[in-house]
Amino acid sequence: MQVELQSIHKSFGPVHANAGITVTIPPATIQGILGENGAGKSTLMKVLSGFIAPDSGTIFLDGRPVVIQSPADAIGLGIGMLHQDPLDFPPMRLLDNFILGRKGGLFPDRRTTTRQFLELAARFEFHLSPDAYVDTLTVGERQQLEILRLLWCGAQVLILDEPTTGISQPQKEKLFDTLKKLASQGMTIIFVSHKLEDVEFLCSRVAVLRQGSLTGVALPPYVTKELVQMMFGREIALSAKPPAGPGGAVLSLTGVSLEGARLLIKDVTFQARAGEIIGLAGMEGSGQSIFLSACAGLHRPVSGSIALAERDATGRSHHYFKKHGVAYLPAARLEQGLVPGLSLSDHFVLSEGIRGFFIDRRRATRLAEDRISSYNIKGGPSNTVESLSGGNQQRMLLALLRDPLSLILLEHPTRGLDIESTIYVWAKLRERCAQGTAILFISADLDEVLQYSDRVVVFFAGRVSPLLPAESLSVESLGELIGGKGWDSFGKGAAGG
Amino acid sequence: MAEARVSHALVQIGAVLLALLLTTLVLLASKAPPFAAYANIVLGAVGSWEVIANVLVSWVPLLLATAGLLLTFTVGLWNIGIEGQITLGAIFTTWALRVLQASGMNPALIIAVSFLAGIMGGALWAMLAGALKTFGGVNEIFGGLGLNFVATALNLWLIFGPWKRPGVASMSGTVPFDHSLWLPTLTAQSRLSPAALLVAILSIALVYSLIQGTYFGLRLKAVGKNPHAAFLLGVPTWQYMMASFALCGVFAGLAGAVQVTSVYHRLIPSISSGYGYLGLMVAMLVNFRASLAAPVALFFAALNVGSIQLPIVLKLDSSLAGVLQGTLVLFVLFAQGARQRLLKGRSG
Repeated sequence: MQVELQSIHKSFGPVHANAGITVTIPPATIQGILGENGAGKSTLMKVLSGFIAPDSGTIFLDGRPVVIQSPADAIGLGIGMLHQDPLDFPPMRLLDNFILGRKGGLFPDRRTTTRQFLELAARFEFHLSPDAYVDTLTVGERQQLEILRLLWCGAQVLILDEPTTGISQPQKEKLFDTLKKLASQGMTIIFVSHKLEDVEFLCSRVAVLRQGSLTGVALPPYVTKELVQMMFGREIALSAKPPAGPGGAVLSLTGVSLEGARLLIKDVTFQARAGEIIGLAGMEGSGQSIFLSACAGLHRPVSGSIALAERDATGRSHHYFKKHGVAYLPAARLEQGLVPGLSLSDHFVLSEGIRGFFIDRRRATRLAEDRISSYNIKGGPSNTVESLSGGNQQRMLLALLRDPLSLILLEHPTRGLDIESTIYVWAKLRERCAQGTAILFISADLDEVLQYSDRVVVFFAGRVSPLLPAESLSVESLGELIGGKGWDSFGKGAAGG
Repeated sequence: MAEARVSHALVQIGAVLLALLLTTLVLLASKAPPFAAYANIVLGAVGSWEVIANVLVSWVPLLLATAGLLLTFTVGLWNIGIEGQITLGAIFTTWALRVLQASGMNPALIIAVSFLAGIMGGALWAMLAGALKTFGGVNEIFGGLGLNFVATALNLWLIFGPWKRPGVASMSGTVPFDHSLWLPTLTAQSRLSPAALLVAILSIALVYSLIQGTYFGLRLKAVGKNPHAAFLLGVPTWQYMMASFALCGVFAGLAGAVQVTSVYHRLIPSISSGYGYLGLMVAMLVNFRASLAAPVALFFAALNVGSIQLPIVLKLDSSLAGVLQGTLVLFVLFAQGARQRLLKGRSG
């Protein structure tokens, strides 16, 4: 199906998110939509998929003007959108989730649907069980489920909004294979991303947005420099890794075993030293999340002991860890890290702890203004956190960190952030390291793991590698470890400090 | 912003008009003259100093219940169990009075002790619902509802069993206490106690400032809006849920104590008089904002008192006030939802 967007305008208050964008997307192609955060990509796609109504502009499908007023209209016309955060129903079974999206009789035909589900899943080699519950899936698997559901509902145009954030390398490769297969069968794929390499690798054409306008289109072979120029209006260089000078142990795990929903981590011994950055790599759901939760006191080990510096903290609550200088930043910023409905200033008041009975509002506003300017957050003290963009929410979480900290634990610190924000976040984190804070972070982005870590721990189906010096790894060797190859050399799977 | 406020006000007024319209239809359907009925309610609520005093008598427990509920709503919990908490407050108050009435203690002191007992009763019952929620995983709505039935049963058992009137037990309750144990009222005939009125006004003021200006209130809000994030930000989540339950129970217990010491002067089967449920409606109607709770509660109290005369004058049931209150809440909630949808449709 050919998709044509003609002079689409959309404003949110003073922000002109789409300022007259015109794009034509031919059938059977993978069209990349590239741009940094806030460039207007998501808005444009939400207009196309019926989530928001444009202020003006027309959409043509195969040359016919159409009016799309709701996501149901969109899917009726064959347009399906895969959101940045999968929109599904966590406490339900996969199959129910699948059936929900489609009109049907009073009694859904479970047997036929199960068969169709399994056929579709087999076609793309997705290992999904229709009887599993959605909340046991990883982000990557939820994405696969959503793709299947949209195809099953008859989508001919598939929009993917930042689909490679939060999924692992092998899952990404599988996704790319799937998309290529779909495009070769005549589907129109719209791939929204701020990741140059993904777009360059996958897309057969690219449209670049900046500040709500189309700044250029490109066909392969792509010239990275030109794309960056179109995205940012200038060139950006990535900074190199400074040498680290690690100190004493801030966190020690001795013989720790952890029990997750679907996996078991056995007998891990591990040590993080002051001032070092440790990357936790692995396919989503390989055990790194529970490992990180255990380091934060959010997940109690079944055996073994955890010590903060020299102090035993086994079985203590998260608030004990927090009191002793451990900070934990979850991946889902708005769902788990911030309180929607409360203002930025409220958050700073909450994070600094209780001082007396009444809140000194004037002092709180001053504090908020201070942090907002030093962390370069685009928002005011009285704005609510949900009005911030993803990048600004991450800056907000960093700004909420207390001083001093001995250990910062991060889940996907730069997921969904553009290059500028990513560089900023890491610069702030490195400042902390220079002051002696150790950092443990999970990332699905292998380049990020290798670029910023001093040492790396790899997770595979509950197995934990020893701490590997980052210099000794390459993207290829790390990718193999993540995929379960080359583990024999480590012996039993205990991580050595 | 200004535009939003105007549209908000218009929507609220529209909802009130719709509620009046629906109530009028109900009146027409029951072949009653609507205007006469409304006039009667207005006169019944503000027609004389006596009825105005009665409105205030009704306002006190309603305001107390609403004040408590605002705290539990802030922390994101539905304290349906407030009816039972009022009842337990009344039972504990009665118990203290019964134990101390023959002790020869100063009556003022006895009343003060009975109030403390009432507070304890309400708080205890509320913390039971809170504990069921926190430690037993029982949804506070189900737990509260169950505890309401238990409280009613306990109350009836006491009235018809251990605390029954000498001779024959009756629905009219226990033996009235001696005059010296009544909360002093404005005039001899009135049941309006200035002390109770003061307690209610102080309570809502306290709740307002707690929510608006204190660390406690901000932390309650954080837990209510996102318990997970609040926990990561350092708020001891379940302790705050329990605290809000306990405080709500304190206010409910106070309401029960006021009912016993200044209104009925004894324990009666329907001692909570539905003020807990009515308080839920008031809290919903003001959209959980403490600043509007006092006037709206006063309006509801006026409707209740104003409709008392309806059966006598117009042969209508006094539940008309309930119809009006219920439709009002429904339409206001509906209008808020509709307005939000419209705004969303316009701005994405």
